[in-house]
Amino acid sequence: MKDFTYAAPATLQEATRLLTAANGSARILAGGTDIIVQLREGLRDAGQVIDVKKIPELMELSFSPQHGLRLGAAVPCYCIYENAEIAKAYPALVDSARIIGGWQIQSRASIGGNLCNSSPAADSIPSLIAHHAFAEVVGPAGKRKVAVESFCTAPGRNVLQQGELLVALVFPPTMPHSGSAYERFIPRNEMDIAVVGVGTRVQLNQACDKIEFARIGLAAVAPTPKFAQEASEWLAGKPLAEETYAQAGELAKKVATPISDMRGPAEYRTHLVGVLVKRTLEKAVERAKGK
Amino acid sequence: MGRLEAYPTLLQTNHLGQANPVAKKTHVSTTVNNEPAEFLCEPRESLLEVLRDTLKLTGAKEGCNNGNCGACTVLLNDVPVNSCLVLGVEAEGASIETVEGMACEGHLHPLQQCFLEGAALQCGICTPGFLVTAKALLDKNPTPSEHDIRFNLANNLCRCTGYDKIVKAVQEAAKELAAK
Ligand SMILES: Cc1cc2nc3c(=O)[nH]c(=O)nc-3n(C[C@H](O)[C@H](O)[C@H](O)COP(=O)(O)OP(=O)(O)OC[C@H]3O[C@@H](n4cnc5c(N)ncnc54)[C@H](O)[C@@H]3O)c2cc1C
Repeated sequence: MKDFTYAAPATLQEATRLLTAANGSARILAGGTDIIVQLREGLRDAGQVIDVKKIPELMELSFSPQHGLRLGAAVPCYCIYENAEIAKAYPALVDSARIIGGWQIQSRASIGGNLCNSSPAADSIPSLIAHHAFAEVVGPAGKRKVAVESFCTAPGRNVLQQGELLVALVFPPTMPHSGSAYERFIPRNEMDIAVVGVGTRVQLNQACDKIEFARIGLAAVAPTPKFAQEASEWLAGKPLAEETYAQAGELAKKVATPISDMRGPAEYRTHLVGVLVKRTLEKAVERAKGK
Repeated sequence: MGRLEAYPTLLQTNHLGQANPVAKKTHVSTTVNNEPAEFLCEPRESLLEVLRDTLKLTGAKEGCNNGNCGACTVLLNDVPVNSCLVLGVEAEGASIETVEGMACEGHLHPLQQCFLEGAALQCGICTPGFLVTAKALLDKNPTPSEHDIRFNLANNLCRCTGYDKIVKAVQEAAKELAAK
């Protein structure tokens, strides 16, 4: 690995000051499960590595049914699923946190790092989209909010400007009769990169026989993760039936513009969007009813 | 093991007999296997490199050096991590447990004993990582199902024996620990 300096600021102010002073040559370190590999393999350079795990706002994990969830950008995955209240309220997020790598990776990897690494196949982003989370960003010009579906701009690129960092992901409170799920397709059981990943969330009506509101997020089917808006909006008012889920899958395929690579040809990936939208909707509905 | 001290670079002197500048190295205070440990390292050195090359704890192995194989697993503040994906400087103030800390007063940990008796290893490179991860699992969940064991050991790869003997050894160790 090439030489770099290391700083572990204790405040947001100090972090943005360091980032600004570094003038683009600094890299942020959260769990390091992407960035250390990339620095070692020469895929990225850093004059300075800024460890953000000492900043309280980035390690915050606070949930209340009224206010929702604030997930600090550097909180490791295992803290999410080991928290029973959060696991119950945000099941798609938890599905994602449990399948990013194995235990050793989840001990370090953060959802913020997953978003900022901005891989098209990132396993948490469809769930963030499904949960309608937004990214809280801080920089020299102050604080701003970015919808997660607009965060990534190209493979490995995102909206963060020089001097900015992701502080937290903010999730709205959960509603009654709602459920969510994330699934990815991989040829193995564990430790692989998604061929396709789908996260969905549904909110049912009082009688639990119709969908009132839904959101579907997709990964590995385009240069950035996608919000399947048409399919999501179409689901409002639809009955809980296999045909409903299958039709939503058909509509979601419209936003898929996958590439063919060693993980699968484009046609196959598009097919998988339909399969996984259906499966995750079924699971999300089951979870919504179970509450 | 006594106090772990590793200051080789501090002792180096230049041609005038003065201490070499060590500005690039950072002083890190940490705890390794319940003993205070201090070392100097460059920010780019991984915790694995520090453990093996500076502290001479060569139990953790370098397999893939990119987080996939788990041979370098150690516990960092009680959770298993790939030490190849941790910077040495991040260990400041942390508590680290390595495979060297598992045996107690000359007695192997039941996991180590069961791995030996069950022939759950062949070349042995992956073994320290398996042992450390399995210990973390049994500390958290003393009665894991076969699925729990396989799921939690998914980040540890073995390319010799296959996994059945490893899973059985963990099950045996769980039984032994429960009987204690
Ligand atoms: C063996 C292995 C298996 C993996 N499996 C999966 C998998 O199954 N699914 C998956 O999606 N990923 C996987 N990954 C990739 C990686 O673990 C995840 O993307 C992880 O969530 C990254 O989080 P991190 O905290 O480690 O990020 P880091 O590596 O610390 O950072 C990632 C990137 O984001 C930037 N960054 C981090 N935090 C911030 C911030 N607060 N503000 C601005 N920029 C920031 C960093 O500079 C860097 O560019 C795997 C990696 C390994 C090594």
